[in-house]
Amino acid sequence: MNECQTYPSPFRKHKQGTQPDHLHAGYVSSMKRAPLQPLVTITPTLSELTGPLFGRDEIVAGECNMTRSANGGEAQGQRIAVSGRLLDEGGAPIRNTLLEVWQANAAGRYLHKWDQHDAPLDPNFSGEGHVLTDDLGRYSFVTVQPGSYPWGNHHNAWRPAHIHFSVFGPAVCTRLVTQMYFPGDPLLPFDPIYNCTADSAARERLISRFDWNTTIPQSTLGFVFDIHLRGRYATPMEEGHDDH
Amino acid sequence: MITKPFMPATTWQTVGPFFSIGLERLYRADIAGAGVDGERIRVAGRLLDGDYNPIPDAVVEVWQANAHGKYAHPGDTQDKPLEQGFRGFGRIATDDLGEFRFSTVKPGSVLTQSGEPQAPHLVVSLMMRGLLRGLVTRAYFPNEGLNATDQVLQCVPPARRSTLLLSSLVENDVPTFGWTIHMQGPSETVFFDF
Repeated sequence: MNECQTYPSPFRKHKQGTQPDHLHAGYVSSMKRAPLQPLVTITPTLSELTGPLFGRDEIVAGECNMTRSANGGEAQGQRIAVSGRLLDEGGAPIRNTLLEVWQANAAGRYLHKWDQHDAPLDPNFSGEGHVLTDDLGRYSFVTVQPGSYPWGNHHNAWRPAHIHFSVFGPAVCTRLVTQMYFPGDPLLPFDPIYNCTADSAARERLISRFDWNTTIPQSTLGFVFDIHLRGRYATPMEEGHDDH
Repeated sequence: MITKPFMPATTWQTVGPFFSIGLERLYRADIAGAGVDGERIRVAGRLLDGDYNPIPDAVVEVWQANAHGKYAHPGDTQDKPLEQGFRGFGRIATDDLGEFRFSTVKPGSVLTQSGEPQAPHLVVSLMMRGLLRGLVTRAYFPNEGLNATDQVLQCVPPARRSTLLLSSLVENDVPTFGWTIHMQGPSETVFFDF
């Protein structure tokens, strides 16, 4: 805490090494975009301890199935069910909140004007998903396994298959955008984005796990991905022994 | 006493270049709808990389109080009016010139925990390809008396405070403010950690 922090933050500092540094030489496009000056540490005010809340006003609770287009057509690819829980660092569920997800199609192509990868678009797959967590912080959606795709970071660079997630949580302090990966992906050890985080256990938590319980016979493979948002220090009433 | 298991917050990963697929549904360039009190303003921003090239693939998120200095959030327990329908959230993607524009009302002053009035400001988050995790900055208004005592501005080295100040532009009679965000360089914008 420096002289500018008149009050400590009620939110926990990130555990050392569990978040990427901004500048990472292996990730070429960070070189001209990452800030080079140190961040200025402040006491969060009401401005940072609040944040936009998105829930039932934006989306009707219910099934999110990205494999069906508006006209009823079915997307190409291996169907997968992705599910998990949205929790804070202490394990408390974050309820009725919006997750925004997006991904490439089964061939590794995004439905985006800037994606020029020579792989087919799928007229029945947009790659957009919006889903709410339930009263226990659970979410689920059905999609297709995204393909890997080449990118221009270095010679013969390929991104491991991934799904993008965006979550607000209760405050500006808890905002999270991340990527979910798949177990056993041979590209993971070579991916500069995945490997930009020092803590190997933190990296590995970005890899979903295959799950028989959510695998649907004759239909859909199940993968589980739990997400934890930055949490508050336990109050004295709760006596969190893990705090110190 | 039961000790709950602690699990560190999930690691950030870049939003990448194709975020509009998932984020476009909540694009909001008009932050305060009809019926919201306050002075109508516009902000015209520009985002530049370390070579002064425009950044055409960034998404900017704005979070602000209303003109009374009240956030649309249950954590704001200040006794101030909050208009029905005011949310205070904006999300704008930069265009091919690295520019982003939004309209809103000028926010009022919000108190700090110690009861000091903050200068009116917008909380602005940036995400883009090349940025492994989001960055948060603030935009302050020119010629505000409270800028001289604002607790957060006082934490910023004096030579860098101007990076957080909007500049007044005249445009179509609606007060319009310009702002250039530099990711690097001698005018690198201040970003916060909290």
